[in-house]
Amino acid sequence: MPPLPGLRRHFGVLAVLGTLTAVAILVQADGLATLLTGGGVTWTLAAAIAARALLAGVQGSVGGRFAATVKAGLRKRLLGADAENPGEVATLVTKGIDAGDAYLTGYLPTLVMSAIVPVAVLVRLFTADLASALIITATLPLIPVFAILVGKHTQAKTAKQWQLLSKLGGHFLDVVRGLGTLKVFGRAEAQAKTVRAMADAHTDATMRTLRVAFLSALVLELVATLSVALVAVPIGFRLLEGGMVVHTAVLVLLLAPEAYLPLRAAGAKFHASAEGLATLKEALAVPTGEIARGTPVARHGAPRIVLEKVSVAYGDHLALSEVDMTIEAGEHVALVGPSGSGKSTLLAVLLGFVTPTSGRVLVDGVDLRELDPGSWRAWTAWVPQRPTLFTGTVEDNIAMGQAPDVRVAARAAAFDDVVRGLPDGYRTRIGELGAPLSAGQRQRLGLARALARTEAGLVLLDEPTARLDAGTEAAVLGATRALLTGRTAVLVAHRPAMAALAVRVLEVRDGAVRERELV
Amino acid sequence: MNVWGVSTRDGVRLVRAGLIAAGAELAGLALMATAAWLLLKAAEQPPLASLTVAIVAVRTLALVRGGLRYAERLAGHEVVLRYLGALRTRVYTSLLPHRVSHHSGGDLVTRLVSDVDAVQDAILRCLLPAGVAALVGVVSTTFALIVSPAAGLVLALGLGVAGIALPWVCVRITRVAAEKSAPARADLAERSVELITGRRELIAYGVHESTVDAAHTAVDALAARDRSTANRSSLLTAAGMLVQLLTCVTIALTAGVSAPLTAALALGALTVFELVLPLTAAAQRWVEVRASAGRVRALLTEAPPTRGTAVPEPGHLRLEGVGVRFPGRAPALDGVDLDLPPGKRIGIVGPSGAGKTTLLGVLLGSVVPTSGRVLLNGRPLDEYDPALLPTVVSGALADAHVFHTTVRENLRLAKPGATDAELLAACETAGFDLPLDREVGSDGDTVSGGQRQRLVLARAVLAAPPVLVLDEPVEGLDPEHGDAVLSDVLAAARGTVVLVTHRESQVAGFDAVLRLGDQSDTP
Repeated sequence: MPPLPGLRRHFGVLAVLGTLTAVAILVQADGLATLLTGGGVTWTLAAAIAARALLAGVQGSVGGRFAATVKAGLRKRLLGADAENPGEVATLVTKGIDAGDAYLTGYLPTLVMSAIVPVAVLVRLFTADLASALIITATLPLIPVFAILVGKHTQAKTAKQWQLLSKLGGHFLDVVRGLGTLKVFGRAEAQAKTVRAMADAHTDATMRTLRVAFLSALVLELVATLSVALVAVPIGFRLLEGGMVVHTAVLVLLLAPEAYLPLRAAGAKFHASAEGLATLKEALAVPTGEIARGTPVARHGAPRIVLEKVSVAYGDHLALSEVDMTIEAGEHVALVGPSGSGKSTLLAVLLGFVTPTSGRVLVDGVDLRELDPGSWRAWTAWVPQRPTLFTGTVEDNIAMGQAPDVRVAARAAAFDDVVRGLPDGYRTRIGELGAPLSAGQRQRLGLARALARTEAGLVLLDEPTARLDAGTEAAVLGATRALLTGRTAVLVAHRPAMAALAVRVLEVRDGAVRERELV
Repeated sequence: MNVWGVSTRDGVRLVRAGLIAAGAELAGLALMATAAWLLLKAAEQPPLASLTVAIVAVRTLALVRGGLRYAERLAGHEVVLRYLGALRTRVYTSLLPHRVSHHSGGDLVTRLVSDVDAVQDAILRCLLPAGVAALVGVVSTTFALIVSPAAGLVLALGLGVAGIALPWVCVRITRVAAEKSAPARADLAERSVELITGRRELIAYGVHESTVDAAHTAVDALAARDRSTANRSSLLTAAGMLVQLLTCVTIALTAGVSAPLTAALALGALTVFELVLPLTAAAQRWVEVRASAGRVRALLTEAPPTRGTAVPEPGHLRLEGVGVRFPGRAPALDGVDLDLPPGKRIGIVGPSGAGKTTLLGVLLGSVVPTSGRVLLNGRPLDEYDPALLPTVVSGALADAHVFHTTVRENLRLAKPGATDAELLAACETAGFDLPLDREVGSDGDTVSGGQRQRLVLARAVLAAPPVLVLDEPVEGLDPEHGDAVLSDVLAAARGTVVLVTHRESQVAGFDAVLRLGDQSDTP
């Protein structure tokens, strides 16, 4: 996981603010001690109060602004993500990231304070009253020590319970998600009791963990309050014997709790910020694909493509293994084979989205890796299995940022009939919230998109007729035929009609490619 | 109140947790006040006897405070967790009488579940601290009023500002900020799905960068809004601290009682604010959880639809001119007639979006037709008890859920009390070959897509209903294997079968095939 950008600088700012706050706390305690021992309000007290309010405000503002910047950075990072679960990433982008606030604006500042303020307070106490300073110095380390001991103990315990806890905790989500299925089998009502039982089991298990987990909080509170008692009572006796100045005594009483306060605050906020931290980690762990650059391609005509011993491995899994294949300029090749056999990986390799683990791809004799991916892709027309509809008009969706003749492309893709049926024709808004298109219409929009790229020399089609009925398939096939003319093409085909558009059929099975006899 | 199903026991637990918390806070407050009194009194060098009580009190309060804090945290969590268990059951039960379409959809479900969880925050981080702060505030103000009316009034004023006015302003600020950032959020939600789903297409068409730039504008707008909200709420933080310190100083100046009592009042006041100041941040959270609580409330108060009570018997199902139209959309189904006498096998084919799944929903009673009639043995389907309909119609739907448990438990849903032999037989028919004890993960994510599909199918085989509905049951398996599995399943089915598919070859031997057309797709 890469670190949060700008965190180091932010820590620096927080440290400066923390130091100033520590000074203000010391001056304020001194001023209050003077006030309570009959010395009245001093200018330094007034200044310290003003400074503390100001510093609290500045700290809040700096923290909030830093959180806003971090969140914006993470959102931008996620928007470039190459993730498999767009729904989850979208939730993370819009709402999830905000959970990071608890960590960024709550926990981080108190963490810095808890490193600075206790030290400053101790230094002041040593100059004021040695005995009290020693008591606090002795008790202060007990807090982290006990926190670690309890933490270690709970960790062993929670590790055992974690699975149980997450299963019990996730049960409600699981049954609500599966309620439709439960109803299909008439089991929905019977599950109500289980929901209750699982929730109760979850409570019991959680309480067992919390009883131990909260022990560290107990130690923290006890040490903090007992130290105040331990400091105050002896001072009382010394005052009684006339062995101490009353101003110093009040100062010590005011400063003693301040030594523990930041630690208590950090402890309390840690719990609440755990979820936020987890979200931030999750956002930082989402893979973002790099978009590479290379030599621009001079584009002309249909390319000849040669694959030389191309292998692609995802971890242990070999998606393609030593594939050798030659596609002549202008040739149309169909790829067939069961799902998961590597057909889509092969298209991804040709598009440059996946770099071969070994072997190479030659385009008119030039290694694909040496070409500029942008101009190489501009030379290809790709129609994915399920073309995405982007928010915007039909026209925008076909043009995709270029200025082609949209109408000609739509007609060639047999999509103009569909457009005629839309309320605003080419200006109809589609996408997530726009007019719905059926699978077949969407497929033909994808073809129109590809046809609009008149300069493309290579066509890559990924099962354009999967999930279509016979009538729509015929329309899509007609459009596809128009797209293939004069171009090199690789078609992933499930159905015979699609494969029939090709001159050669290659069978992909378990990552290996072999020629199949045309029947 | 009892929309929320708060039982007397919950109430007692909540009050107890609140009292323990208030006790802990009062002990802390008294500790500081007594210690301050002790020191200033000792400085006057009175006889030791007059200090003994205070000395004992300081030591006792220190212990009591720590112990009570621990007890309070446990009590608070326990009350919330127990109540949440009951609330989950209530929410679940209130979902039962509604049609499936009412509560399906991944986003809706996730939101509902997190809404219910947000109620936990509403209690633990907002209501309980506010209640405790109010109680401690009232007790300490009363005490201060008795000792020194002037100090009491100053304290009441300070607490009023910090505990009521500032949180109120915070609620306002947060609400306005949420309203103002809503359009940017909606924009971002839409763009992010597109950017991530269509990433490769955008790159392939060379428009990824420009699309990302547009989305970044929305992100920056959101960040600018966040920054201005941070600036405003930091003003509240500063104001809160100022009120705390000024109250303490003012009490010290105006109390008009002896020095030890003045010190006790001033330091006590300082301590109460430690409890009251966090309410401003809690107010911010309150705005967020209130929306969640409102949605849960709406669900709990919603009147359940009327349900039939007749007991269904297997027999003759008929659809007469059935149409389904969702508001604002083209009809999902229009004028469908379907006759399903016992034993008949019927295939439903058509492109996606033609209403095949909707039609299955109608047969299962989960989708209500907006026109036409559905009859079972001559009586309208909605006269039957929907909870008993699965004894007649059931099967494997496209959106079937796989539960986070073992293969065995997932199968037994279809037939509680089935023996392992029966389970294994169903698995064999569906070509599913994982062990019964295998955990399948959340929604089957630890088994392959093909295995998951066959598990869903095995469940339908085990249920063996008189009318078996199958929605694209072998989609995603490779064609030869899929056909083999399907023919085994069909051979095992003894009653009526309704098979939805887009492959005509799968319904070759069927008694009838219903073709649903996609009007807009026919040239």
